[in-house]
Amino acid sequence: MTDTQQLIRAVAEADSPARMIAAVQKLADAKDEAAIPTLIAVFGYNNPAAAVAAVTGLTQLGEASVPQLLAQIDDYNYGARAYSIRALAAIADPRALDILLASAATDFAPSVRRAAAKGLGNLRFAKLPVSERQTAQAKALETLLFISQDADWSIRYAAVVGLEALAKNPDLQQPIQARFAEILAFDPENAIRARVQLAHQ
Amino acid sequence: MIEPMAEEYSAENAPPLTKEQAIANLSSPDLSLRYYAAWWLGKFRVCEPIVVDALVAALEDEADRTEMGGYPLRRNAARALGKLGDHRALPGLIKCLECSDFYVREAAAQSLEMLEDIAAAPALIRLLDGGVAAAIQVPGRPHLTQPYEAVLEALGAIGATEAVPLIEPFLEHPVPRVQCAAARAMYQLTRDFSYGEYLVKMLDNSNLQLRRVALGDLGAIGYLPALDAIANAKVENSFKLIALKGLLEHQLQQESDACSVGADAIRVMNLMDSLL
Repeated sequence: MTDTQQLIRAVAEADSPARMIAAVQKLADAKDEAAIPTLIAVFGYNNPAAAVAAVTGLTQLGEASVPQLLAQIDDYNYGARAYSIRALAAIADPRALDILLASAATDFAPSVRRAAAKGLGNLRFAKLPVSERQTAQAKALETLLFISQDADWSIRYAAVVGLEALAKNPDLQQPIQARFAEILAFDPENAIRARVQLAHQ
Repeated sequence: MIEPMAEEYSAENAPPLTKEQAIANLSSPDLSLRYYAAWWLGKFRVCEPIVVDALVAALEDEADRTEMGGYPLRRNAARALGKLGDHRALPGLIKCLECSDFYVREAAAQSLEMLEDIAAAPALIRLLDGGVAAAIQVPGRPHLTQPYEAVLEALGAIGATEAVPLIEPFLEHPVPRVQCAAARAMYQLTRDFSYGEYLVKMLDNSNLQLRRVALGDLGAIGYLPALDAIANAKVENSFKLIALKGLLEHQLQQESDACSVGADAIRVMNLMDSLL
């Protein structure tokens, strides 16, 4: 058995929440692509600290994690889904664009939507071929502008965070600044207006 | 001690209403329509004089009764009036603090907390009569003799400093949620950090529900020193975000400069960003 297989087995055999956290941490630290399916499975174990360690591990593995993260999104467990979206958002590979767009706009779970909104702004669009780049950015922008009008303040907050990151792309700055001006003038929540001010600072 | 089912409606699973219909339904012969309309008008914050008048009248309703003697319509009317924020509701809500139905008293105290009118202080203080010794479980019911959590929180929110000696003993109440409410009020009334730290310590409690309550309390009092404890609490991010929003709003209120945000507010927002 390889070292990684032993670490995977330790996760499977963990018989307390604390042992689970320790085992996942070690597996994540191994930075071995063979650990990816196990780390993703941890999202469904209802152990938040272990899930956070798994997100960190998958994020460190980076692009190598993306295909399996995309393939194994849990449609029936929004807690697990939020961790998948957080990992995809942190890795920022533009292959996640479609799932981030759909999650930000239509997931019923606010935790999933917030993670997706933040992720949409940070995608590394430069990795896309020039022909696709503009369309991808336009879609991210459109979705973030749309959810920046959500009734839930925390979704609007996440949309502002996403838009702030997206504004690093020069050709998107104009519509984002225009939307920020509207939020400053009309959003009823101090917290949202303050977040826009911070984006300007 | 929130009444079960109280907030379990949602706009999707109930008949769609218009404002006019909701107002008309408040005097419908169908009691369930009245009950729903009162909730709807609060939920959508239809703050018009005619609505406030109708809801204030509903605080005296006698038609809608439960088998236990409760007043469902009064409960919903009292809850809605807090959300509408019209101070004309004050006398009616104060009178509700004497209602025989625990949940009407609780709803009234919660709404008086939202109205933040010091005129409610004497009536709220009366519910603390007998102190901690009288604050016992009602046999066979899932609540104490009075809605102590709501009363303590309301006294803190309205700035009833004269109630400090009456509130302090509730830090020793056997129910931890009551202790939290007392700590929250004591902090608001004295600005003594030891009460904020009392709530911070509660974030380590083994009970998740209680950790959520303590987070809510720290957000409500805007206790900035709790920043890192909130971020590290073993509670879902959604609850942490709400608490941090409370800290942020409190911080923004203190900063007079409207064209930029200060360092502490930025610290709070950076943490919020990391929890998305």
